[in-house]
Amino acid sequence: MIVGMGGTLVTLWILSLVMNLLKKVFPLSEKEGSSKAAASQGGGR
Amino acid sequence: MTESVLAALSGLGQGLAFLFTQGLPNVVMLIVGGVLLYLGVKKEVEPLLLVPIGFGCVLVNIPLGDLMEQGGLLRTFYDMGIANELFPLLIFVGIGAMTDFGPLLENPKILLLGAAGQFGIFFTLLIALALGFPELEAVSIAIIGACDGPTAIYVTSQYAPQLLGAVSVAAYSYMSLVPIIQPPIMRVLTTPKERVVKMGAVKRTVSSRTRLLFPIVVTFVTGLIAPKGLPLMGTIMLGNFMRECGVVSRLTKASENEIANIVTLFLGLAIGGTMEGHAFLKPQTLAIFALGFVAICMDTVAGVLFGKLMCALTGGKVNPLIGSAGISAYPMAARVVQVQGQRYDKKNYLLMHAMGANTGGQIGSVMAAAVMLSCLKGMGLI
Repeated sequence: MIVGMGGTLVTLWILSLVMNLLKKVFPLSEKEGSSKAAASQGGGR
Repeated sequence: MTESVLAALSGLGQGLAFLFTQGLPNVVMLIVGGVLLYLGVKKEVEPLLLVPIGFGCVLVNIPLGDLMEQGGLLRTFYDMGIANELFPLLIFVGIGAMTDFGPLLENPKILLLGAAGQFGIFFTLLIALALGFPELEAVSIAIIGACDGPTAIYVTSQYAPQLLGAVSVAAYSYMSLVPIIQPPIMRVLTTPKERVVKMGAVKRTVSSRTRLLFPIVVTFVTGLIAPKGLPLMGTIMLGNFMRECGVVSRLTKASENEIANIVTLFLGLAIGGTMEGHAFLKPQTLAIFALGFVAICMDTVAGVLFGKLMCALTGGKVNPLIGSAGISAYPMAARVVQVQGQRYDKKNYLLMHAMGANTGGQIGSVMAAAVMLSCLKGMGLI
């Protein structure tokens, strides 16, 4: 139980770190951000 | 001539004769099959699964049809995709294609709730072992706590195929009962102040490149840590990669529609085929249902308690209710959080945060199964 639950928790913690790293290495570009904002406001139509 | 006619007529009534002489378990299971069909059709409880499972159960319990014998229709479906684990994996490709990991990527620490939500698996494993179930059967029962049908089927079909019918029906039944099982536990474990914590809107901060690389990185990292779970994680991430890359929309649509639908039909029928009365009606089936219930309750307990811990550590920025969504019942568990949150504050919108925890629960359930299988491999049990 300890190995299983601990292993799952540690693996997912590592994954969350990797996800943060990915976000830092490939941040949202201004162009992408503005197009997403426009899309979320229903713009572009 | 007369003898031949009588012999032929006797052949016509054999099924009925069997049912009256030694077919009581079959009669009971015909009723069970009818109940599953009723729940699926009338109450719309997981109809896509319960209708084929219920019909398969009815088919296999009509005596002397030999549908689960070598060459029989249900046995063919079983050998085609359950005995070799193909069907659950194909369903995983479809699930990956349908899942948006965006809310999780916006707030990666929520993934830890997806780990906490798997506590029921390991807790139930201990209880099942204490009750005297052999190791591999205990693992297959505990995996009901993953709250994830394909994962439960994948593990059980490999290591305890004799329990497949009971484990699958328990897993899908409890998944559909999440809106009934979870709210009382959420209420008991949280204070009125915690239930109204607002988490704000989810900001859009994830680039398309991050979303594209996410499935590849997850496959690589988890595959290296727990290689026995690679088929599960690899297929769900394949589906998600196809969704995010945007250049194989035909494959993505086929995965989430046609392939998933056909496989679901065959899978349901084959699972129903494992519910033959004489094999299914045993005290251990009741034990499996009871243990499955314990597993899902403990998932919710651990998820909410971990949510409370995150709430305390972040100075009240995380609503503990979203912890209950750290299971794999997607998107049902997230909807339960939204409904419960709005019950105490109509202006509290927790859905996107709960979706993040819920997709974390999907990854968490697969990861828990992968870790467990890799541990068993390490111990030389498989």
